[in-house]
Amino acid sequence: MATATTPVAVPATVTADQPAPKPGFNFGRALAWVFMILVILGSLFPFYWMLRTALSSNNALYAGSDSLLPVDASWGGFQRVFGLQTGQEAIDAGGAGQPINFWHYLANSVLVSTLITAGQVFFSAMAAYAFARLQWRHREKVFGFFLAGLMIPAIFTLLPNFVLIKQLGLVDTLLGISLPTMLMTPFAVFFLRQFFLGISREVEEAAHVDGASKVRVFFRLILPMSSAPLATLAILTYITSWNDYFWPLMVSYTDRSRVLTVALGVFKSQTPQTGPDWSGLMAATLVAALPMLILFLFFAKRIVNSIGFSGIK
Amino acid sequence: MATATPELRRKPKDDTRLAILFIAPALVGFLVFMIWPTLRGIYLSFTKFNLLTPPEFNGFDNYVRMVQDPVFWNSLKVTVYYVVINIALQTALALGIAVMMQRLTKRTWLRGIVLTPYLVSNVVAALVFLWILDYQLGIGNKVLEMIGMDRIAFLADSNWVIPTIALINVWRHVGYTALLIFAGLQTIPETLYEAGRTDGASEITMFRRITLPLLRPILALVLIITVVGSFQVFDTVAVTTRGGPVDSSRVLQYYIYDMAFGRFQFGYASAMSVALLVVLIVITFLQYRLTRAEQSDLA
Repeated sequence: MATATTPVAVPATVTADQPAPKPGFNFGRALAWVFMILVILGSLFPFYWMLRTALSSNNALYAGSDSLLPVDASWGGFQRVFGLQTGQEAIDAGGAGQPINFWHYLANSVLVSTLITAGQVFFSAMAAYAFARLQWRHREKVFGFFLAGLMIPAIFTLLPNFVLIKQLGLVDTLLGISLPTMLMTPFAVFFLRQFFLGISREVEEAAHVDGASKVRVFFRLILPMSSAPLATLAILTYITSWNDYFWPLMVSYTDRSRVLTVALGVFKSQTPQTGPDWSGLMAATLVAALPMLILFLFFAKRIVNSIGFSGIK
Repeated sequence: MATATPELRRKPKDDTRLAILFIAPALVGFLVFMIWPTLRGIYLSFTKFNLLTPPEFNGFDNYVRMVQDPVFWNSLKVTVYYVVINIALQTALALGIAVMMQRLTKRTWLRGIVLTPYLVSNVVAALVFLWILDYQLGIGNKVLEMIGMDRIAFLADSNWVIPTIALINVWRHVGYTALLIFAGLQTIPETLYEAGRTDGASEITMFRRITLPLLRPILALVLIITVVGSFQVFDTVAVTTRGGPVDSSRVLQYYIYDMAFGRFQFGYASAMSVALLVVLIVITFLQYRLTRAEQSDLA
């Protein structure tokens, strides 16, 4: 069961764009399109609203709250977010006046996500190779044990993991945030093992005959041949760690290890007396969201096609 | 890492040493950050622990306290209420979107757009809707006013707060759910629809007679994944309401967090975590049985 509930990259099961048989104009179809257009608008409008608000002046938002375009357009929101306004300027513009610097949080987020992604994908690939191709005793048992890990909700391990990270003296460090997911996730191991099992043994055997060791086969043959699923897994892992909030919230206390999601929460809680700094806040959310949206722009097809099931007959 | 040349150790293949090397990092990660914390979490639930002094065993005290804690029961109720609204809305909408995509166009751009909200964090989603639904300035309330309705204090009114949080999370997750269902739809052979059409069945009949029954096992899996995820709601609450007004949005996970990091009662927080874990396991098991997920009508 554990295997069946795992969303897994299915290499394009969707037969590309075969046109559904269409009978000319049809009332039902038109209605269906209206529904889809509403869904599209609903999905995208909040992004536009972020942009529109981020580019507006805070003080003008009160009068122009129903304007669909930026009101009194300015870069002020972004300037506050990147610490380019002095305290007084920021307060005059409706900001909180505390110094904030999203470049720093951006860098922290990039570091944490990169560390988690690189470690998790590489170590999981090694383990997956051992489970798929190496011959050793108790292999299936150990793998079953790993799979059981899929059943443990991540949320349950957070509190005890925090206690552990504290004992290790890693609270408020980027390594402390990364460590629990840096070595593996059962899902990553499972996902890669599935793929490695599908690689034809003949190529490998040929390499062995040529005198290549198993280590060499792994690095020179298996990894390059699996670049597509590795990339998919890496992208998904990167997005997940970038967007994580609960765990970094527990571990990071100061700017030293604060990542974007946590910084957004802090920024929101610094609401000035006069009311929230909406344009600054929306500029900040845009800064946090944009890297993933850009990533999506480049890899949309891969990401979209990676969502599906495996293990369903 | 020069292993002996293959000529020398050609005989029966046994890669135990190499295998140990290969699984070592993952195994350490698995044991140290998954298995050990799971056992430790259960152990801590039987202790009094404030993080500064070592845990003191106190038997079932935390569990007794939990059963008698009205805030715990309230948070459980709030969580279930949230899950019901969240899942009902999300599944219905996702099913609609998936079927429409199936019948209208399977193009990637459409699936891409539908998935876009999933790419941003819960925190971003929460903040955007906090702004859109703001009582004074939010465009959402402006629209309500324009169509002649009263403004709603979406996140400040105890009756609206849970449905609103549910809605925010539907926005972020519905596309992902729709794509899961969409992937399931691809397993239904097109010939069945052709046969249906030949027999003069309408789209609605085909949806009820072909799509739904054949999709059942996939829907069951989608439900298990989404319900388990939904029970763990935390981010949106932490960013928008912090459990308020009063306790009307104090979901279980937020209460646990507050107990641990606000009041440093890690023992009691762990006991509630165990309760949540048990709830999740029971739900997974029940759903699996009830929906007969293992059987497909597509023999």
